This record gives sequence, C-alpha cells and structure tokens, in this order.
Amino acid sequence: MIEINNLHKKFGKNQVLSGVNLTIKKGGIYAVLGPNGSGKTTLIKSVLGMIIPNKGTIEVLGENIKNKSVYRNEINYLPQIATFPGNLKVKELIKMIRDLRQKACGEQLLIELFSLEPFLEKKLSTLSGGTKQKVNIVLTFMFDSPIIILDEPTTGLDPGSLIRLKKLIQKEKQNGKTILITSHIMQFVEEVSDEIIYLLEGEIYFKGTKEELQNNTMQTNFEHAIAEITTYRTDV
Amino acid sequence: MFKILKYSFFDLIRSRWSYVYFLFYLALGFVLLFLNNDLSKAVITLMNVIIVLVPLIGTIFGVMYFYNSKEFTELLLAQPLKRSSIFLGQYLGVAGSLTMSLVFGLGIPFVLYGLFKSDAIWNFSLLLVTGTFLTLIFTALAFNIALAHENKIKGFGFAVLLWLFLAVIYDGLFLLSLIVFEEYPLDTFSLVATMFNPIDLSRTLILLKLDISALLGYTGAIFKQFFGTNYGLILSLVMLLLWTIFPIFSLIFKAKRKDF
Amino acid sequence: MFFLIGCLFTCIMLKANTIEVCSSCTIKSIKEGVSKSSDFDTLLIKKGTYKEFNIIIDKPLTVIGKSFPVVDGEDQGEIITIISDYVTIDGLFIINVGTSYTTDYAAIRVVRSKHFLIQNVVLEKLFFGIYLEKASEGKVFHNNIIGDAVEEFNSGNGIQLWHCKNVIVSQNIVQHVRDGIYLEFSDDIVIKNNISSNNVRYGLHFMFSNNDEYVNNTFDNNGSGVAVMFSKKIKMHNNTFKKNWGSSSFGLLLKEINDAEIIGNTFEENTTGISIEGSNRVRYEKNDLINNGWAIKVRGACYTNTFVNNNFLYNSFDISYNSKLNDNEFKNNYWSSYTGYDLDKNGIGDVPYRPVKLFSYIVNRTPETIVLLRSLFMDIIDFSEKVSPVFTPDNLTDANPLMRKFQ
Repeated sequence: MIEINNLHKKFGKNQVLSGVNLTIKKGGIYAVLGPNGSGKTTLIKSVLGMIIPNKGTIEVLGENIKNKSVYRNEINYLPQIATFPGNLKVKELIKMIRDLRQKACGEQLLIELFSLEPFLEKKLSTLSGGTKQKVNIVLTFMFDSPIIILDEPTTGLDPGSLIRLKKLIQKEKQNGKTILITSHIMQFVEEVSDEIIYLLEGEIYFKGTKEELQNNTMQTNFEHAIAEITTYRTDV
Repeated sequence: MFKILKYSFFDLIRSRWSYVYFLFYLALGFVLLFLNNDLSKAVITLMNVIIVLVPLIGTIFGVMYFYNSKEFTELLLAQPLKRSSIFLGQYLGVAGSLTMSLVFGLGIPFVLYGLFKSDAIWNFSLLLVTGTFLTLIFTALAFNIALAHENKIKGFGFAVLLWLFLAVIYDGLFLLSLIVFEEYPLDTFSLVATMFNPIDLSRTLILLKLDISALLGYTGAIFKQFFGTNYGLILSLVMLLLWTIFPIFSLIFKAKRKDF
Repeated sequence: MFFLIGCLFTCIMLKANTIEVCSSCTIKSIKEGVSKSSDFDTLLIKKGTYKEFNIIIDKPLTVIGKSFPVVDGEDQGEIITIISDYVTIDGLFIINVGTSYTTDYAAIRVVRSKHFLIQNVVLEKLFFGIYLEKASEGKVFHNNIIGDAVEEFNSGNGIQLWHCKNVIVSQNIVQHVRDGIYLEFSDDIVIKNNISSNNVRYGLHFMFSNNDEYVNNTFDNNGSGVAVMFSKKIKMHNNTFKKNWGSSSFGLLLKEINDAEIIGNTFEENTTGISIEGSNRVRYEKNDLINNGWAIKVRGACYTNTFVNNNFLYNSFDISYNSKLNDNEFKNNYWSSYTGYDLDKNGIGDVPYRPVKLFSYIVNRTPETIVLLRSLFMDIIDFSEKVSPVFTPDNLTDANPLMRKFQ
C-alpha cells in the first residue's frame, strides 16, 4: 500500500527524518507514535507530497509519488490543525472540496452524525475549535478512498463525538481501508490501533503489534509500555 | 488551475480588501476628475500616481493574500491537485481581482465623464495596460517573496523594501551614476538600466506618449532610435512581458520545492 | 493736381497694349515679349513650356500667365530678374532654377525696385525662390513654393528679403526649402497668413531687421520654427509653431531681441517652445504653450521680460533657466502642473507657483537623465528644491497663478 525507502528530510540544520524505511500493507489501523519533534507529521506530510524529501523514495499504491498529484485522490487526509479559509461557509467549503475531487461523496450522513446542520450556513471563521474539527472530520471521511491519514484526530472533540469518531474509524477498517493515525492520547491509540510505529530521532525505533510491544517491554499497561519503549531495544 | 482561480477569485471578491481597493480607485478617479474637470489632465496626473501606487498595492496585497490563505493552500495541497495549478490559480486570482478593481475603479468615473468622446482614450488605455502589467509583475514578485519567507513580518518587510527599491532608490542610484559618469556616453547605459526596472519600463511607455517632444531633445543616436521610432514602444512592451513571465516561472519553480 | 495725375494714369493705361506670347504666336518667347513691349504693357503668356532663363524685366510690365505656363530654367541659372518699378508677375509655373555654390540664383529676383507685385506663382525645383534685393513698397502674395531641399549647404531660401522696406508677404505656402522666409536688414515688413512647413532650417528667419510684424502664420515641422536674431521691435501675433522636433529644435528662438511683443501665439509639441538668449523688454501675453518638451528655455542675459496670461499646458518642463539670477516677471499665467488651491475663490491660486524644477537643471547638466522624467525620486527631489531652492532662482515664481485656463 505504502512503501517508504530510506527517507531523509532536513529543515535547515535540523535533521528530522534520517533514513526511514517503512512498509504499510493493505488494511488495518497503524498508529504513528513518538515524542514531540520526532518527525511524525513530517513523515505523514511526505506521504502526502506536502513535504519534499531530501533523499529516499515513497511509493503509494505501487507508484512513486515524486512530482505526482493524482494519487492523492486515493488518500483522505485530516490535518492536525483544522484551519480553513475564514470567509467561506461550511456548506461552500464542502461543495468546493467535492468539486475539486470530483468523486462520489457521502457527506450527508456524516453531517447528521456530527449534528452539523445548524452550522452549514455559518462562516468558518465564526466556528469553535471543536466544531471546526468536526467539519474537518466530515471533509476527511466523506470520500471513499483506500487510504486514510489522520493527524491528531481527537483534538478538541467532546466525548460523544469522540465515540462517534472511533466508530467511524472501525467502520472504515471493516471496509478494508488502510488507516494511519498519529495521536498523543494513548488510550485512544490503544483502543483503535492494530499496529504501532514508533519514531525516535528521525528513525523507526519500533514497529509491531500492540501485543509485541507489551511483550517486548514487559509492561501490561499500554501507556507504560510506550513510555518504556526507548529503554528496551527491540529488533524491528 | 481554473478551479483554483475561480475559488481564489471568488474568495477575494467577497473579501473586504477588494472592495477597499475598488472604492479607493473609484474615489481617486472621481476626485481627480472633480478637481481638474479635464480628462487629459486627470489622465496625466493618474499616470504619475499609477506607476508608483499599483506596484505598492500589488506587492502588499500579494504578500497579504499569500499569508492569509495559508490554510486554504494547505487544504488544497492535500487534494489531488498539481502544485503549479494551485499557486498559479491563486496568483491569477489575486492579480485578476486587483486588475479588475483597477479597471473598473478608474474606468467608471472616466466613462461617466465622457471618456469615449474624448481624445484622452488612448492615453487612458495605455494607463490601464501599464497598470495591468504592473499588477501582474508585482503580485508575482510578492508571491515569490512570500514563498521564500515563512515569517510574515519578514515577508512584508522584504516586499515593502522591494517596492521602495524599485520605485525610489533604484532611480536615485541611476541618477547618481549618470551624474558621476557624465563624461562618458551614457545613452546605452541609461536605456539598459531602464529595462531592469519594471516601474521604469512603464514610465518609459508613458514618456513615449506624453513627453516625446522633450525626449527628442537629446542628441544621442541610440536615444533617437529608441524614442523616435516604434522600437522603444515594442522593446518596452516585450521587456514588460518578460518581467511578467519570469517571476511567474520562478514562482512555480519555488512552489514545487517548498515544504508545507 | 489729382485730376492731372488721374489723367496721366488713364492716358498711360489707354496707351498700354496686351502682347500675347505662345508657341504659335508671332512672339514665341518671354524674352522676346519683354524686348518688344513698351512701358506698362501686359504680356499674356499662354499655356505651354518656355525653356528660358535670365529674363530681365527692365521696364514697368505686367506679366500674366494663362493656365500656368511653365517656365523651365533647365538648371542654367536665374530665371526672372526685375530691375524696374511697377512690375507684376502673376500666374507662372517656374521650375528648374540653377544651383550654384557661388551665386544665389533665384526663380524671381527683384533688384532695387518699388511697387512690385508677385502673385499666384508656383515654384518647384528651385534654389532660391523669390529674392527681394533692396526692394520696397511691394507685395508677395499667394505663391506656392515647393522645394526639394535636404541639406542646408546646397539649398536656398523660399522668400528672401535683403535690405528691403515696406513689403507685404502674405498667404504664401513655402515648404522643403532651407529657410521658408528669410529677412536680413529689412524693416517695416508685414508677414501674414503664410504657411511655412517642412523646411530644412527655419520656417521664418530674421536677422538685423527692425519694426517688422508677423501675424497669423503657421510654422509646422521645420528644422526649427522661427529664429529672430539681432532685431528690434518685432511684433509676433497669433502664429502657430508646431512640431519642431530635434536636439536643438525650437518653436521660436530669440537672440539679442529687444522690445518685442509675442502675443496670442500657440506653441505646440516642440522640443523647446521658446528659446531666449540676450533678450530684453519682451512682452509675452496670452500665448498657449502646449505639450512642449521645454515650454520656455532661458539661456541667460534676459532682463525685464514679462510673461502675463499665458497658458502652460502639459509641458514636460515649463521653464528652464541656466543661472540662478532672474529679472523677469511671471504673473497671472495658467500652469497645468500647478497643484495649489484657491480658498478665497477669486480665480487666483493662493500659493505661488515655481515653474523651474531642479530636474530641468539636472537635465541641462546631464542630458541622459531625461529618461528619469516623471520618476517618483525626481518628484521627491523637486519637492525638496521647491521648499528651499538651492540650484534654481529663488525669486522665480508666479505669485498669482490662474486657477483656470486664460481664455
């Protein structure tokens, strides 16, 4: 599905990614974890083509993405900070994205699911952070694409919406989608993810299932296991 | 690209700033016509204003739009769209809405004052052509600056500095070098120096129309060929075109390499 | 007495005969006609081509061409020379005057004669056209002179007056010669309603001539418009000076001119509208100076000239001075580049106008800087010079500029 080879990225003097190799197979939920500044967002944005790597190749669905744009039609992306052009209305934004992608689209169910109807005619600049995140989620899930990338999807969500989001993710997984998530909320990660990818200092420090992680670190608690991960070197 | 252009354009049409510029030009046109009550005189005054003001507005507005639409840009980048079409679309959206503000803002008062019945119409068309070129050039330069600087304040600073340099400082240095080297033949130098500044180029176009009698007062053969024939007009227009195309290419080139 | 003179004239007229000249007449050439005629006869030249030159008219004669007979000098020399009073030349088409570097051959020359009239004559392929030499009390009327001059050194003037007095030159068209009309040591001459255009040097040229006037003439696209030099009391009214383009080109040049009047003229699209040098007590009134490079260029030694009620419209530079001294007066002119206001609504601007810009001083020094015309930088330094003049005469202002064009 996604094949990353020897990926390097430097911002100024700051080496963010140094030789990442990663293969993500079709289906399942992958959690990309790591401390702040470990390169999670950089990795995700590289896959999306928003960041141009210094070295290395990325293949999505068997195609090198360098200087390509059409492959993004197969990816739904939820950005970390939900910021939108302020003087657009929610409805117009949805319409615009739909127009840009020219793809079958199921936004109506999602709008109902997150009770966004009252906000449809409001300008995006007037919305609260949580509501914006809901709009963000609608925009991400309204298309039917094989790959879904979620960067901190839980930010600003109330508990009810969080539950709905989790259900949504599970549903997409059952539909055979490949889902990539980054998050700081370990409980959420533990609940939804199948496999953990742990980034540290620009390299993949650990990749495996939750069980493997717990066995390796000899911790029963997931959160502790993550915290302990750096003390036990495992063979990836 | 045309979709992006459409959305950028509509986004701008809705924003306050387009109206502010439109109203500004409208007011400028009416005030000048009211004060002068003479179309040709108003056009001449406007020409002096336009070659300084349009670059300033183009630069500031270009930089401002770029930074303000960062979110929009990022949203677009995750979509299956080519980078070149995203940025070209946005650029044309901005430059297009600015040009429209200029053309309609100035056009309406002049048409109401009887432009079509006056012989100032050619001067006025020249004014709009130069204004459009300057908008295209300076918006593109502004986008280049904004792309190169993540920091808003820095970007703004550089943009204003660029304007100040091309509008004032360049001519100051130009004058200084002409005076310092006055013993040497300078006509080629002065024409070449003019080519390297889009504001000077537009000024030359205006000079060709308004001050041809004075320009022919100089003896140099190269001057005579440049100002006395169509050579000057054609060369200036070609150079303005190059000045437009070059920053647009640089914009696309830079955009392809930038991380977001 | 009047009766006597009247009788005398009538007697003469009664005696006068008309002699016809044509290829099938008994008299076949103009020369023959002249020799066979008596005083006050009329020679009627019929249509045809007469290959003649050096025709000397030595008696009072009226020579009339019928349907423009052609007198072809075949480049041999002068064609008609008048050395008698009371000669009229009318309706001839004279071509091919000889060109010489030593003698000024003319199509028609009048020498030491009075009461001549030269009218309806067409001159082409000429060297000098009509040359009046110590002639007086005559008229040059409604002639058409079309030369083919390219260079100054081998071309002559259209109408030349040398040591003449009381001559009227009117309604002539002169083009493509060296000087359209040239006056030297000629006083009390009236030049009106002429069109002098496309001439190599000047449209009209005065040297050492006093008390002359030129009115309602048009000078268009000449090397330079009109040069008035070393002359006194010249009246210049209602003329048009147009499109005199070139490095040292001007609409009107005054050099060592005193007590002249320049009123109601239009100077349009000249590199320099009026260039003045060593001219005193000249009155400039009600002139329109439009779209010139320099409306007025003052080159020094000009005192007590007055500029009143003129319109300075859209000139690149209104006035240029090459010194810091000013003894000339500017008042109640309209300046299109005036930006002042009129709070008391009396039609006169409340702030004085300074017509000399620093930039014109710079351009005088370094001509290439002209490409910086209308630059914002120039506006800024012009403004600072306006606030505190350093390089330009600080008393040179129009303290009462008009708010509207003088009509």
